[in-house]
Amino acid sequence: MEYYFFTEKMSVGYQKHSLIENIEIRLEKGQILTLIGPNGAGKTTVLKSIARQIALTGGVVYLDQHNAANLSGAEFSQKMAVVLTERMHTEMMTCEDVTATGRYPYTGHFGILTEDDRRVVREAMELVHVTDIKDQDFTRVSDGQRQRVMLARAICQEPEIIVLDEPTSFLDVKYKLEFLSVLQQMRKERGLTVIMSLHELELAERVSDKILCINGKYVDRFGSPEEIFEDGYISKLFRISSGSYNEKNGNMELEAVKGNAEVFVIAGGGTGRNVYRRLQRQGIAFDAGILFRNDLDYPVAKALASCCVEAESFEPITDTLLETAKKRVDICRKVICCKESFGTLESANRELLEYAKKENKEIEIILPKRFG
Amino acid sequence: MQQDRKIRYITAFLFLIMAAIVLFAANICIGSVKISLGDILRNLLGEKIDQTTERILWDIRLPRTLAALILGGALALAGYLLQSFFHNPIAGPFVLGISSGAKMIVALVMVFLMGRSIKVTSMALIFAAFLGAMISMGFVLLMSRKINNMAMLVVSGVMIGYICSAITELVVTFADDADIVNLHNWSRGSFSGMTWDHVAVMTGVIAAAFAVVFLMAKPLSAYQLGDAYAQNMGINIRLFRTELVILSSILSACIVAYAGPISFVGLAAPHIVKSMLGTTMPILMIPACFLGGGVFCLFCDLLARNLLAPTEISISTVTAIFGAPVVIWIMIKRNREKIF
Repeated sequence: MEYYFFTEKMSVGYQKHSLIENIEIRLEKGQILTLIGPNGAGKTTVLKSIARQIALTGGVVYLDQHNAANLSGAEFSQKMAVVLTERMHTEMMTCEDVTATGRYPYTGHFGILTEDDRRVVREAMELVHVTDIKDQDFTRVSDGQRQRVMLARAICQEPEIIVLDEPTSFLDVKYKLEFLSVLQQMRKERGLTVIMSLHELELAERVSDKILCINGKYVDRFGSPEEIFEDGYISKLFRISSGSYNEKNGNMELEAVKGNAEVFVIAGGGTGRNVYRRLQRQGIAFDAGILFRNDLDYPVAKALASCCVEAESFEPITDTLLETAKKRVDICRKVICCKESFGTLESANRELLEYAKKENKEIEIILPKRFG
Repeated sequence: MQQDRKIRYITAFLFLIMAAIVLFAANICIGSVKISLGDILRNLLGEKIDQTTERILWDIRLPRTLAALILGGALALAGYLLQSFFHNPIAGPFVLGISSGAKMIVALVMVFLMGRSIKVTSMALIFAAFLGAMISMGFVLLMSRKINNMAMLVVSGVMIGYICSAITELVVTFADDADIVNLHNWSRGSFSGMTWDHVAVMTGVIAAAFAVVFLMAKPLSAYQLGDAYAQNMGINIRLFRTELVILSSILSACIVAYAGPISFVGLAAPHIVKSMLGTTMPILMIPACFLGGGVFCLFCDLLARNLLAPTEISISTVTAIFGAPVVIWIMIKRNREKIF
């Protein structure tokens, strides 16, 4: 397999001073690459270097078997489109006018649009759903709309590869998903290759074929999402010190309350998560249990509880584990139970609740609200 | 929508052309000696009219009016290019001190050459003005690298303008040659004293510059989205910016060499035509700016000559009266847009 886009020892930086060196990217045609990394790690610098906005400080970028640096401006502009974060100060330009600037590489000497060009503009605007604002002034539309117009502009350019710098930052959840869907659609229909930076890790994990992790000095990892999102890696890359990020499910939790547990929470099957988070908000330290390792509540409890009494998945809870849980209950002044009934395998939790009652612990039952 | 726009463009151009024709005629007819339209037409058809009137018509009014039209157009075009270059609506050859720089070098050259009784040719004057314009421009560019603030850039331009003007004043004051009387008038800005030779040279230079600018309409439109996107569209930014600098300097130089520094036309005219057209498409803006600048200068020169006749007011006085409010209006409008 030949790579459509690849770099050889690419070094990027400003004024001959390298920030990040020896970047090796390998992309096949139609793949989506996402750059992730902490703020100021150099994601934008890498993207700008790929887009020839700033000169490489070393190495080579190959695009469709050509050294990108040797392509003429016109050739390059027909291959690569960009969507950047910098604000533009257009004057008296409608959203349609801005979109139409994407046709620039294809129009004649005076830049007059043909009927064909107008059709491409129209289709691009329909694809990202901005047709209804086409006659509005570009400076008067919202940030999200502006972002979508800029995508339409890039699509108009009919590129083979598109470079986007944090394209989803200003979009609400609906448009975030829609934006990425459009990219996937373009990739499927036209074999578009995509290189972008994203702040939303959970989206990056879902949409990317390849992920490049930058940490400010060097490329830490380059690989598939499965390779990147392994336990503990994201926390390390972003140097998370307060709170936690769960690579398995993309959950973020705030920092756990420190100190001795005051409350023991009996939960399972997703009934306890909101209780754990409420206790965290109220600044109350708690223990959680007894939870199977594959329980929905387990990752949250793991992140927030002082101690989590955990049981092997799909196995009955052992007596030793129950004894451990009882000892934790002894320390606490209160027990919160989030379960109405207990299944066969978790009868130990019922026993635990009975034990708490017998020990005269304050008991509170919080059942998840059911709707409909 | 597309149709509505077209109608608006055509209306705007028709208006500008009509205004240019009417003001052109008015400039020729009205003055200390009135010339009737009938006389002019008859003279054009080869009939004899009063000798003095004929002399005034051919030696004074026509070249002066043509110069006002052409130089006005060039001034507006120079302003438009500078505004595009700096992405700054209040940039212009006068505000950025480019006119004053050109004025200073021209004054130095004139005083130096006149002192040695060497005749100064048109081309030499343009060249001197171009040199001065480039010196000021170079300084402004240097400043624009250091400060990334529109207002501060303009302030530094105004300061350069004052320094250059002060030096010019000094030179003019100490040179007490009889010819210098002219120099004094010129250094305040005036369309008087134009000859056919002048008109021929300025037409050649400005027509060439205009043609090049018109051919740059496409990259100019891409440049409106900013450097990064322009570059992505395949424009060689460094080359393009250099071309803009040289062209706007040539245009500014031409004006200064013949009419001295004229304020506000380069600022006001592009904004007025922009509002008329309702677009910033360079392919329309370039010819419209030229026409608009010409109309603006014809109008202002008409007032400058006749308002306090027989005394002539300096052209900059009139352009300032009509141009400055436009600048204030631009700033208020921009401020309002930011709030939205």
